[in-house]
Amino acid sequence: MGAKREVKDLQEIMTQLWPWYVSGPLLGLIVPLLLWLGNKDFGISANLRHICAMWPGKKPAFFQYDWRGQTWNLVFMLGLVAGGWVAAFLYPGDSVHLNPTVLERLHAWGLGSPQSIVPPELFATSVLASWKAWAYLLGGGFLIGFGARYGGGCTSGHAISGLAMLQLPSLVAVVFFFVGGLISAWWIVPRVVVWLIGGGA
Amino acid sequence: MKYVFYLFYFLAGMLTSITLVQSQAASWYRIQEMFQFGAFHMYGIIGSAIVVAMIGVQLVKGRRSLEGPEIKINDKARTWTRYVVGGTLFGLGWGLAGACPGPALALIGGGWPAYLVLFAGMILGTWVYGLLREVLPH
Repeated sequence: MGAKREVKDLQEIMTQLWPWYVSGPLLGLIVPLLLWLGNKDFGISANLRHICAMWPGKKPAFFQYDWRGQTWNLVFMLGLVAGGWVAAFLYPGDSVHLNPTVLERLHAWGLGSPQSIVPPELFATSVLASWKAWAYLLGGGFLIGFGARYGGGCTSGHAISGLAMLQLPSLVAVVFFFVGGLISAWWIVPRVVVWLIGGGA
Repeated sequence: MKYVFYLFYFLAGMLTSITLVQSQAASWYRIQEMFQFGAFHMYGIIGSAIVVAMIGVQLVKGRRSLEGPEIKINDKARTWTRYVVGGTLFGLGWGLAGACPGPALALIGGGWPAYLVLFAGMILGTWVYGLLREVLPH
């Protein structure tokens, strides 16, 4: 009986929104965990460089190194994909409860209320029929990839790991992550969303 | 023995992305809400992650890791242009796409193939940075 109830409790925990004071510390623990396992630095975007380094042909000097030495991080990355697959079974589909003011803005751009973790108007596979979606995704991805390597890291390497290691360069990087993010969220995203879902393809 | 550690790194990746999804940190909606200062949730996640990581780093620093090497903290180079310009460009992409690299990978696994296109864009951006690296100010 007791064991049965525990399984049910676990199911309930796994299918509810994890509050920040649970999820934040869990993410924070990854930093000392990777150090303790093998003196490894938490930095997800470094894998983008390792993937470029796998290219067997001619490549810039920046990618001329033995990526096999970074296999642990590529394995970590595969773990991210696998974890996303597991979480998709657990995820409560209808529960992104947004601030009402934010929700009103999204409605004004033409987006419906959240029914899934990301807006299907922007990320459903069917949107890939439009070149606009490709421009949005490739353009956004380009900025992330280019900016992460130019700036020496992404959210994991600078905002979490770098700040935890008291690195001043990481603080500068994170401040400017937010400068860029605020410009995007207030000036670019409203226009891009209307452009993406407003008119036909 | 080395291969056992690969299993550990794989599981650490799984734990990371399950947490990103279950906390909705991987959600495009939550990223917009964060940059619109609509909720404390994302700030709480990032802030508490930093505090816990900071304490953890102090506890393991200087000890031997399970794989063998001593745990060292590498200081990042103190040149500023790259952090200002690169950081801003990354932030523009983060806000626009509503995901950073970790969440994008979690969503690929979660059955949103459009994020593969986003990921391809990230690889492309990384490659172009590699091409231009010598001429960019750092």
